[in-house]
Amino acid sequence: MLTILFDGIAYGMLLFILACGLTVTLGLMNFINLAHGAFAMAGGYVTVVMMNRYGISFYWCLPAAFIVSALIGLVLERTLYQWLYQASHLDQVLFSIGIVFMAIAATDYFMGGQQQLINLPPELSGRMDVFGVGIGRYRLFTIIICAVLAVALQLILSKTRFGSRLRAAVDDRRVAMGLGINVPLVFALTFAFGSGLAGLGGAMGAEILGLDPNFPLKFMIYFLIVVSVGGTSTVSGPFLAALLLGIADVAGKYYVPAIGPFVIYALMIVMLIVRPNGLFSRGGR
Amino acid sequence: MSVLPQETTVSASSSTAAAETRAAKLMKRRSRIRFYEIIVWIAAIAAYFLLPSKMLILTEIAILALFAVSLDLVLGFAGIVSLGHTAFFGLGAYVAGLMALHFIAEPVTGLIVAGITSGVLGLLTSFLILRGSDLTRLMTTLGIGLMMAEVANQMAWLTGGADGLSGFSPGPILGMFEFDLFGKVGYLYCVGVLFIGTMIMRRIAFSPFGLSLKAIKGNPMRSAMVAVPGRKRIVTAYTIAAVFAGMAGALLTQTTAFVSPDVLAFHRSADVLLVLVIGGTGYLYGGIFGAILFTLVKDWLSVITPQYWMFYIGLLLVILVLIGRDRLSRWVEYLPERFSKKEDR
Repeated sequence: MLTILFDGIAYGMLLFILACGLTVTLGLMNFINLAHGAFAMAGGYVTVVMMNRYGISFYWCLPAAFIVSALIGLVLERTLYQWLYQASHLDQVLFSIGIVFMAIAATDYFMGGQQQLINLPPELSGRMDVFGVGIGRYRLFTIIICAVLAVALQLILSKTRFGSRLRAAVDDRRVAMGLGINVPLVFALTFAFGSGLAGLGGAMGAEILGLDPNFPLKFMIYFLIVVSVGGTSTVSGPFLAALLLGIADVAGKYYVPAIGPFVIYALMIVMLIVRPNGLFSRGGR
Repeated sequence: MSVLPQETTVSASSSTAAAETRAAKLMKRRSRIRFYEIIVWIAAIAAYFLLPSKMLILTEIAILALFAVSLDLVLGFAGIVSLGHTAFFGLGAYVAGLMALHFIAEPVTGLIVAGITSGVLGLLTSFLILRGSDLTRLMTTLGIGLMMAEVANQMAWLTGGADGLSGFSPGPILGMFEFDLFGKVGYLYCVGVLFIGTMIMRRIAFSPFGLSLKAIKGNPMRSAMVAVPGRKRIVTAYTIAAVFAGMAGALLTQTTAFVSPDVLAFHRSADVLLVLVIGGTGYLYGGIFGAILFTLVKDWLSVITPQYWMFYIGLLLVILVLIGRDRLSRWVEYLPERFSKKEDR
């Protein structure tokens, strides 16, 4: 029972890291980016290639996955995404679906369609017993990393100069520009950072979530659930939503395997009807 | 003193009458049969005689066209971005398959039952899309689509699960026309349903009802202020679209005598959006033109790169959006607009 809870928390934490970049692009910049999973997949494949082909340590792969995904994000934002911030939602949806299709086919072409496996370093694999609760070492590692990242994100967004610039740019683009904030730069950096986090999540999740070319489509709905249920005004909203989703999904798959995914979708729809602006949003708009 | 108000009443009532006739003329002009419509249907019939070996792909085009036209009613007229339209397509496909397997093998009955079932699902789910923003609707429709796929996958005792539903063969249409091996009857059947469906949707879309849908799409608040019942209209349009999407699914089942879980897959929703983007939204025939182009391109790509055609479909989407998808469908405006020379100005 507690083991399931623990696994669920680890899964939820992972979902948070994967989805929090989307919180910013979708929630704050109002861009419906269905291609967010593609960046996560890029990070996962960077890890796989580095570990399995070149034998580089897992710990070096994580920052590399972050950097590569962030760079891809930065390049795509500057070349393609920035033209569509003002476009209609339909255009954004079509565009990002196009990106997803391209990413899936390209990955299939270069890496093959099979599931990719990574070998964790020995000190991270296996389980240990803490007061009779079986705890996977790797899951503990995931929880610690993600918790640190979540706290850091909250601090960056609320305490630093960059965070306040970002919030200003999101609240009112024109006034922010008038105050001398380089809004395109802020958006580009934010987008890159979000993509990088997704890449990091993809790298860490290769063990737990699995990794194959269909990753962006398979997990798209999960990211969207986290963002839409969590709301977009804070970091803590999506964080709690991701935890809930992770625990519910793991428990659902364990206790009622036949209707597990069904429960998640049904819950999401009910949630959207009852609270269209997210579970933790402040007041109505 | 008492003359003046009376005079204004008279002039007001006469101007109301004038406005009414003007409005009637305007509506008539909107709904007039365009030149290209005739071409489309003549071409559809001509294809039957000219391309006897291409019946299967032509059937595919007709089915996709009906599916896309039904989405245009939701997207192009009511302005709802739906990622789950395939839920109705898939439901129609499964219902038609189950009908043929367990009850009546006659296709038209199956078609109607499938349409009604999908319509009921559309009516039930339409209340979910009334609230919230574009994003909420997107998520809700996507969620419904995924849920349907999950249901079809889990209820293996009914749907055959991942293996799909097979082992049935549709009987002769109306008890008279047997499906033949080359798909000729199947093609005529699909084109017939497409024609009737398009004509019904055309009647709906170019009526004052369709105009009010466009008003809701343009600005929900203003349309509510001129007393357009937005919620009711969206529910109606969504339900009608669901009916025809279900019929398109039923056609696919009946012409292939097989239902695979693929009918509910996400990429189908994306495909049909792409079809509408290629053909243009908001005038129904975009679905037909788009279906022709899309199927031909997809067919051509899957010959060149059997495994990686998805990449080029994605590339096409990205390019289309970046150059502006409105420009693509503007060619229709260059065609001669008037078909009949009847005076109606």
